[in-house]
Amino acid sequence: MTNIIILLLIIPLITGLVLIFFRNHLRLQRWTSLISLIINGIVAVVVIQHVHIQGTQTLNLGGWEPPFGIVIVADMLAMLLVLATIIVAITCLLYAFKTIGEERERFYFYTFFHFMLVGVMGSFLTGDLFNLFVFFEVMLLSSYVLISLGGGKRQLRESIKYVLVNIVSSMFFLVAIGYLYGITGTLNFAHMSMRIAEAGQDGLITTVAIFLMLVFALKAALLMYFWLPGPYGAPPMAISALFAALLTKVGIYAIFRMFSLVFYHQEGMTHQILAWLGIITMILGAIGAAAHWSLRKILAYNVVVAVGFMIAGFAIFTTTSMAGSVFYIVHDMLVKALLFILGGIMIGLTGTDKLREMSGMIRNHAALGWMFFIAALALAGVPPLSGFMGKLLVLHEAIGEGFYVIAAVGLITSLMVLYSVVKIFINGFWGENQLSVEDEKMSTKGTLLPCAILTVLVIGMGVGAEFVSPYIMQAAEVMSNPSLYIDAVMQITE
Amino acid sequence: MEILVSILVGILFTAGLYLVMARSLLRIVLGTAIIGHGALLLMLTTPGLQQGEPPITGGDAVSFSDPLPQALILTAIVINFATMGFFLVLAYRSYKELGTDDMDKLRGTEDD
Repeated sequence: MTNIIILLLIIPLITGLVLIFFRNHLRLQRWTSLISLIINGIVAVVVIQHVHIQGTQTLNLGGWEPPFGIVIVADMLAMLLVLATIIVAITCLLYAFKTIGEERERFYFYTFFHFMLVGVMGSFLTGDLFNLFVFFEVMLLSSYVLISLGGGKRQLRESIKYVLVNIVSSMFFLVAIGYLYGITGTLNFAHMSMRIAEAGQDGLITTVAIFLMLVFALKAALLMYFWLPGPYGAPPMAISALFAALLTKVGIYAIFRMFSLVFYHQEGMTHQILAWLGIITMILGAIGAAAHWSLRKILAYNVVVAVGFMIAGFAIFTTTSMAGSVFYIVHDMLVKALLFILGGIMIGLTGTDKLREMSGMIRNHAALGWMFFIAALALAGVPPLSGFMGKLLVLHEAIGEGFYVIAAVGLITSLMVLYSVVKIFINGFWGENQLSVEDEKMSTKGTLLPCAILTVLVIGMGVGAEFVSPYIMQAAEVMSNPSLYIDAVMQITE
Repeated sequence: MEILVSILVGILFTAGLYLVMARSLLRIVLGTAIIGHGALLLMLTTPGLQQGEPPITGGDAVSFSDPLPQALILTAIVINFATMGFFLVLAYRSYKELGTDDMDKLRGTEDD
């Protein structure tokens, strides 16, 4: 049964490889991509059910027993993120069909789309630090290509910055891996956790942990988000949506994994730093989102705010607060994809991303307006939408555990986020309609389907929180109790 | 020996970071390559430079060396190579398209 986990990585990999040979058969490329993703989605659901009933599943690649070989570990946290990744990928793909343009499709857009998914899902599933690095690089290389594909002046300029930041941070990741291997003599998460628990987390290990934290923070746009707004605003919105929904989440996942499973002994040090990084990120991101008048910039800064909130929620470090963070991360993947796709349609219709030059779109595009409104409320955490549960759990724990700053900043930034997206709503949809249907730069035909899917999911995840929460709680359970993970990986049975 | 290599790693990092701060795009690309070498060398050094026989059982070796760091570095070299190749092409293409390799002029404006 556990062999099925590897399908999650193999299906997109093979799809991507096969599509290289059919670069001029656009219809074939589209259908193959969609079908492969749907099959992968079904596999993910099956694995989630299996994990839910039987606990964490592992697969030893090549039959090497851990800690000697590489393990693929499907615990609930990883699987929830994998499922959300596939859902986001399906919707971005549907949106890309209509908007990405034949040129990009011919030049291997779908191939790199699938390769990037391999990297993202591989990062979630791997149980080995070096393997995490490799999957990070698979993801990053594909994202370099996607971000520069098509090569407008602005795209090239922004991709240079993106590539440079990521290369340097990858090198620091290697350095951190080198130090950790030198100290612990192992790279397997579970084994590393056991060894550090035995020997104690001394100052040296904590230093390396903070070094590793900086590496992941750079990739997750935690505090060091300076690189994010430019590159996320350059490529076509289908690609931006995919990046906003997935790439920073991989960095957040890595922080969750490392600091719940391996470096959890010096909470006062490492988790305090994480909490403050989260708080500062929330504040700065919210200021950025509130200040800008360009649609793309506002959306990009909203990505930053969410990163801060998730990390701050995690840093409180109780089971409930981590459940809140996990809930929020899944919600955020869906809602960010939705917002970016809707924003993409708005930009597509008006041909500009400046809010002051848009208005009155609700007259011709009522569905678009209402979906944007729902997405805006969900982002701010208004019940009964999906953002509410995560925020509630985190804020409840923040007050209960005495992290009043997190609670206060979380609430204030929620308001600023609401302000920033309502600003888009008011400027874009209210007022006089300046744009007749003939003047529109593109047709919304077919692009509303992915938005509708995501809107339904965003509402469903909020209304059906009762149904979702057992899965979330199981993920948080494993995070707060590392021995569950270790026992599953090292196959220790009582 | 480890100390000597550590100093070398430090020099490589210094040189690499200095180049990355430069204004010319080509120097930046070379800088990332040098940082990469520094990182790999550091990975080789931190577990202790290896002495001893290859870890194959059945021989009459007394001490075995740990092959893992070298395996990791091999993988990392391949990845660095690919990234480096991509970065060079990207730099060349941007130079062609934008007509400059000066980072100050690549800052860009809101409108384009």
